[in-house]
Parts: sequence; structure tokens; C-alpha cells
Amino acid sequence: MISTTAGYISASGGVDCHLNSGCGFPAPGAEIFLFEDIFTVQLASLEFGFSKVTVLLLLGVVLIVGFFSYAFRKPQLVPRGAQNLGEVGYVFIRDGIVRETIGKGGEKFVPFLFSFFFFVWILNFFGILPGAQLPATSIFAIPVAFALIVYFTWVPLGMIKQGPIGFFKNMMFPPGVPKPMYVLLAPIELISNILVRPFTHAVRLFANMFAGHLLLATFSIAAFYLISASVIGILGSVASFAVTVALTGFEAFIQALQAYIFTLLAAVYIGSALHAEH
Amino acid sequence: MSLYAELTGSIGSIGYGLAAIGPGIGIGIIFGQGVQAIARQPEAYGVIRQNMLLGFALAEALALIGFVVPFVFGA
Repeated sequence: MISTTAGYISASGGVDCHLNSGCGFPAPGAEIFLFEDIFTVQLASLEFGFSKVTVLLLLGVVLIVGFFSYAFRKPQLVPRGAQNLGEVGYVFIRDGIVRETIGKGGEKFVPFLFSFFFFVWILNFFGILPGAQLPATSIFAIPVAFALIVYFTWVPLGMIKQGPIGFFKNMMFPPGVPKPMYVLLAPIELISNILVRPFTHAVRLFANMFAGHLLLATFSIAAFYLISASVIGILGSVASFAVTVALTGFEAFIQALQAYIFTLLAAVYIGSALHAEH
Repeated sequence: MSLYAELTGSIGSIGYGLAAIGPGIGIGIIFGQGVQAIARQPEAYGVIRQNMLLGFALAEALALIGFVVPFVFGA
């Protein structure tokens, strides 16, 4: 059963449902990712709904733009404070991701990947930020949009750099394979590069954040649900709370790792478009 | 056509369990070999770690698809 409360939809009996009070464990499901619009903006015949997710998305943009404009407002030769932090992030993307995966000609993609990394990271980070408590990337539309931006960057880029025919030829017929194998290899390579790549790119980020949020929600609800006048209940509640705290730390790690992997894969795709495999 | 056997309940969980076997083995191999490579050649740590995470991400995608599918096609 799903009941609607102020602004969001929560699992049934979320308010006063405890062990031995007759109701079963209100396990969270996909409904904890559904949000009602806070307000809507009518623009001619188009209606734009602003839910919690939209607000977090805009907040993420403001935070990223705000921090990096502040960090690089008056760049000093010897960086201090915020500029130092901004430069560490920039060098991490440039040396750690772009130079290692794209190599030559990758420098001009540093800003693109830099923005991606920090935007995805802050959206993931909202999952453990008190008050927000929702990774915006756990709503499938957002990773899909990111993956499509990357997809429509590297596919046209590859067609320009290698020629439309060369792009598909290099993709489907990697050298150094026995000739008869191409019957099998060519369609597999085509499907995996053109169709599966953008799909898994989006699903990887989405599913990690979705699963992590669901896991945190399950243990938080368990900690609340088990509070009751019984030894088992209290012990279980304390254990669930401890697990929630531990998982929050684990999630912080996963969030950074997934942002890194998303950016790394984007860099690998762009690299494969710039230089054909040899 | 008569029904000989029926499976009810949380079939999606079983599906996820099955989907996690392959990636589980794969991720184990990736990190095992990665650690071994780092132990043999500590100066190549950066490159090895990056490729390790890349392989991990590719293998993990299969398990994650298995996790999401029951929510999408679930009852």
C-alpha cells in the first residue's frame, strides 16, 4: 500500500509501525523514488514540473558553478585555499583520466570530463547529504541524459576523425584476428559498441545509486521498525542503525567511485573515437 | 496445455542471484590479478589500478542489470 504524505510518497505505515504492533515490515520499494511536483511552471502549452529531483539538479549546478567560479576568480601563481582544491580536481582529471586514456589530442576534452565528474559526483553525494537524502542520479532519466550527451559526443567525433566508413570498419574489424572469426566478431562488436555501450553506461550509474539508496532506506526503516519493548527488537534496532552508519560511509566511497568510472568510461569512448584500435 | 510446475513469490530475487554469479567470479578474477600485477610491478600502480577499475565496471554492469530488471518488469 502506498500513501501520499507532504510532497513525497512513502511506504505504508511508515509513521507508527513497530515490531509486535501487528503490521509487517514496511520494506521500501521503487515507490521511494517517486516524487510529486512541488510546483509547476506553465509555459504556453508546455508544463514543467519541479519535484525534489529537479531542485537537487539545479542545486548541483549552482554548487558546482559557484564553487569553481569562486575558486578560479583571481587565479594566483601559487594557489591557496579554494583555488588549491579546484586545481587538485583539475589535475586529477587531466593527469589521472585524460592523459592515461585519451593521450594525444585529449587536452581539449578536459573541461568536458571535468564538468561531468564533479556534476555526477555532487548529484551522487546528495544521497548522503542530510536534508537532501536522495542521489539525483538514482532517477533513470538523469543518467540516460548524461550517457546520451557522451554518446552524441564520441560517435560524431569518431565519424569526423576516422571517416564515416573507417569508423565502422575500425570498430567492426579489429586487426589481428583470424579471417573467419569476423563473421562472429563484426556483429558482436557493432551491437556492443553502438547499442550496449550507451545503455550500460547509463544503467551502471543509475543502478549503483538506486541500489545504494534502497539499501540505506531498508536499514533505516529497519532501525525504526524494530524499536519495541523487547530485547530482540532493541538489539536489532541498534544493529540496523550501526549498519546504516557503516553503509553511509560505504556509499560515500561508491558515489565517488561511480563518478570516477562514469568519467573514465566517457574518456575511453572519446579515446576510441580519436584513435582507432591498432 | 496443462501447468506442471509454477513458481510464485519473489522470482526477481532469484534472477538477481543468478545474474550475480558470473560478474562475481569476473570481479574476483579482475581484482585478484590486479593485486598480483601491482605486487609484481608496484611502479605501474596507476595504470593497473585504472584498468582494474575499468574491467570491474564492465563486469559489474551485468549484475546491476540483473538487479534493475525485476523492478522494471516486476509484477
